[in-house]
Amino acid sequence: MQSLKEVIQKTEFFQGLEDRHLDLIAGCARLVVFQPGEYLFKEGREAQHFFLIRHGRVSIELHIPPRGQVMIQTVGPGEILGWSWLVPPHRWRFDAKALTVVRAIRFDGQCIRTKCESDHTLGYELMKRFTAVMAERLQATRIQLLDIYGTGSKTG
Amino acid sequence: MAPAQRPDNTLSGGPSPWLPQKGTVVSRQRQTHDVITLGLEVPGTFSYHPGQFNMLYVHGVGEVPISISGHRTAENGHTVVFHTIKVVGNVTQALARLKKGESLGIRGPYGSAWPIETFAGNDLVLIAGGIGLAPLRPLFLHVLEHREAFGNVFLLYGARTPADIVFRRDLEQWRKRFDINIEVTVDHAWAGWYGNVGVVTKLVARAPFDPVHAVCYICGPEIMMWFTVQTLRERGVPDTNVFLSMERNMKCAIGFCGHCQYGPEFICKDGPVFPLPKIWKYLRIREL
Repeated sequence: MQSLKEVIQKTEFFQGLEDRHLDLIAGCARLVVFQPGEYLFKEGREAQHFFLIRHGRVSIELHIPPRGQVMIQTVGPGEILGWSWLVPPHRWRFDAKALTVVRAIRFDGQCIRTKCESDHTLGYELMKRFTAVMAERLQATRIQLLDIYGTGSKTG
Repeated sequence: MAPAQRPDNTLSGGPSPWLPQKGTVVSRQRQTHDVITLGLEVPGTFSYHPGQFNMLYVHGVGEVPISISGHRTAENGHTVVFHTIKVVGNVTQALARLKKGESLGIRGPYGSAWPIETFAGNDLVLIAGGIGLAPLRPLFLHVLEHREAFGNVFLLYGARTPADIVFRRDLEQWRKRFDINIEVTVDHAWAGWYGNVGVVTKLVARAPFDPVHAVCYICGPEIMMWFTVQTLRERGVPDTNVFLSMERNMKCAIGFCGHCQYGPEFICKDGPVFPLPKIWKYLRIREL
């Protein structure tokens, strides 16, 4: 059976991290499972974790009265979910709900932040990775805002 | 570089590329609130290559280019050619109003086709946005018929919302197969949707195809194709293995009137399917 460190090591997000850093990160991680419909986190609550999704699909949602729950994005296997743990005031800005059975690794944000404060190399490595995720999401959001399928033929 | 296939631009069985023949509406299938697929019966055999289009003429209203989205042979031996039409103006509105038994003018097929035979053994990645799935559908059906000739096959499709997904029944049927990979994503969704939400480029970034040996066929709004090409380049897909179907306001369909000129190319005659290197430098020129 693989140790949690080995599982983490094989993920794209943590690839290239030094062994000692993987040990530190694995010390803040645990495996979790969510059933369909279960919330991984809810808007407004304290953001104490982030997740690496291993299986299943998570919907990032926002409640917009009177429309109800609006899905903004889905996150799937290999992807990182959540960065509010990294940015003050450490509150979730959206809901995250399991659409299917979700298996994930949950990382304790407070634990990781403490380790990053005492080991800035680890902090920099993680920051580089999270910045890449944020940039990718920002780019995707910009394309979504373009409403690209709403354009096209204007004649005929 | 494999050129896009270019069959003769002559009317099937007809004497002149200008002369429409009669097509009769034999089926109507509503795809979404503004997209409909018409089955048009034409006499005899109608030959075309996936990616080509026909000019459809509504009597007294006007003529528009519409991609061929499939065909079948009717019981009487005639051919039913399917055209999937998005209502954007007067002519498409008139097309969408046609009832079974009514007739229109049809001339074609025109333009270049998706190159496929030369890519046997490669992974195939079909990437569609919105109604762009229509011109890719005959290619996909061809691939399914000759499935053993290719490596992994991916169909990545993006739509605005779940209600805007075209060929939904086809997609549901195709997803039941074990030998193809189909991913659908929408830009916006609400409760009851259990699929992906996000841009189609995200599917492209994550699909497990071999970039060096993948051939990619893209059809959708130009801006979507632009972002998709960026992602394919980031993944290491050679430009020579990427093909796009372009759309412009085509009138004559034989490179005569110049309405669809795109740099030195005519979309109707040299396209609509182009290898990426041939049109890349024109894609972001605003005046074109």
